[in-house]
Amino acid sequence: MNRVPVLRNPTEDDLKRRHRKGMIFAALAFGAILLAILVLVTLLIDVFLDGLPWLRPELFTQFPSRFPEKAGLRSALQGTFWLMILTAVMAIPMGVGAAIYLEEYATKGRLTRWIEINVANLAGVPSIIYGLLGLGLFVRGLGLGRSLLAGAMTMSLLVLPIVIVSSREALRAVPRSLREAAIALGATPWQVIRDHTVRYAMPGILTGVILALSRAIGETAPLITIGALTYIAFDLRSPFDLFTVMPIQIFNWVSLPKKEFQALAAAGIIVLLVMTLLMNALAIFLRNRLQQRW
Amino acid sequence: MVETIMEVRNLSVWYGEFRAIQEINLPIYRNRITAIIGPSGCGKSTLLRALNRMNELMPNVRTEGEVLLEGQNIYAPGIDPVAVRRRIGMVFQKPNPFPKSIYENIAWGVRINGFRGSRAEMDALVENALRQAALWDEVKHKLHQSGYSLSGGQQQRLCIARAIALQPEVILMDEPASALDPIATLRIEELMHELKKNYTIVVVTHNMQQAARVSDYTAMMMLVGDTRSGTVIEFGETQRIFTRPSDKRTEDYVTGRFG
Repeated sequence: MNRVPVLRNPTEDDLKRRHRKGMIFAALAFGAILLAILVLVTLLIDVFLDGLPWLRPELFTQFPSRFPEKAGLRSALQGTFWLMILTAVMAIPMGVGAAIYLEEYATKGRLTRWIEINVANLAGVPSIIYGLLGLGLFVRGLGLGRSLLAGAMTMSLLVLPIVIVSSREALRAVPRSLREAAIALGATPWQVIRDHTVRYAMPGILTGVILALSRAIGETAPLITIGALTYIAFDLRSPFDLFTVMPIQIFNWVSLPKKEFQALAAAGIIVLLVMTLLMNALAIFLRNRLQQRW
Repeated sequence: MVETIMEVRNLSVWYGEFRAIQEINLPIYRNRITAIIGPSGCGKSTLLRALNRMNELMPNVRTEGEVLLEGQNIYAPGIDPVAVRRRIGMVFQKPNPFPKSIYENIAWGVRINGFRGSRAEMDALVENALRQAALWDEVKHKLHQSGYSLSGGQQQRLCIARAIALQPEVILMDEPASALDPIATLRIEELMHELKKNYTIVVVTHNMQQAARVSDYTAMMMLVGDTRSGTVIEFGETQRIFTRPSDKRTEDYVTGRFG
């Protein structure tokens, strides 16, 4: 064996140099967060300055119009609201069901792993691809036309991978010891899932679902692809009606030359921002409120 | 006169290609406490979990041989593991109460096994189970608080109460006191003494003194052969195992020379 070298204590200069490196890194990291916040704040201030004067009751009660003072988000709000409801109704049971199957029932073999990887990859597919799929499958294939239902089905496909992945993570976080406890009492797999696994995973599942929906609320590309109209001057009456949603209406206003429409778009952005923030806040609230301790 | 309630015959368990335990033969006597001792990794838990078919929850597990409960092989085709686990309760190493109320922790197992009695009958079942687990006096005023509000030792007794509420024939305990402090451990051991009047207990333990204190019979396990699979090398009355073991390896182990 070689002689073991004797280690010496660091000199003052050594220490100073080491600490300096740490300080430099901290400063860089601080700069990064400062830049991010500055951009966000600038954006928000700009939007609020432009949009606030237009945040008035008419914005919510009027249909779109050629005249900015008469134009509102009525049809877009209805479209977004029902689109979210229908999407939730379709995507939540399917996504949570798929997650339960993959996590609790499926034997962990090569096929399951292959499905898992594909589901995770689907979450990263550009949304316009889903639009094309929806156009081919629902609008034309099933003959649903450019209806709210076709839009909701397309949106469901888009958020499905997100719901599945987040639900699976929530299910996986339930400790095995609790499942074993239930099984050792003579519970069937279904009784364990119903009364324990899903129940304890619920906060995580809900958080994932809400975050998925708050992504869907801002999506524009797939709906434009399936041909959601931009000018709707009637109330939604059935899932087979033509529809529009907030981001499309905003996009439409932004693209108009009149200056007032730009401000109107800013007001629309504020509404959309508030809705998204509320949904995220609800997700955080539910997560904290229902959090399980085990 | 002791009566055999369970009998392990030629039992081997594989995890994939690896044989964890091999050709175990072991009787379990009614209203007695049987301790399974042996060094770490010798398959004690695998043997215990084979007794109520809990091993099957893991992928790639294969079991050979028989485990008889009242003469009936629990691995026979057509036997539902759910029904087996209903008759053979289990208490785990780490207390694992459900994140539900103390009351619900006990009532749940009763309910899912088809009990459709009145509220008062359920109350009686819950109280009886908690009394048998020597927990009633400590929790009777807070039955509807979370099971997590209890201390570790109380949680473990709650888990025991949860198991005995189903009136099982055998209770399996996998190092039930290893996560507890000495006083809580003592209470669990006293409780086991009480419970054997009505139940048969099989307990895995690392703690030699505990095995000597609580058990009537002891099975000594070791890794043997080229395949390094665990098996029972000696079984007998605890007193004899600890004073006059017939196997040199048992003697070395119980006197603390290895393990």
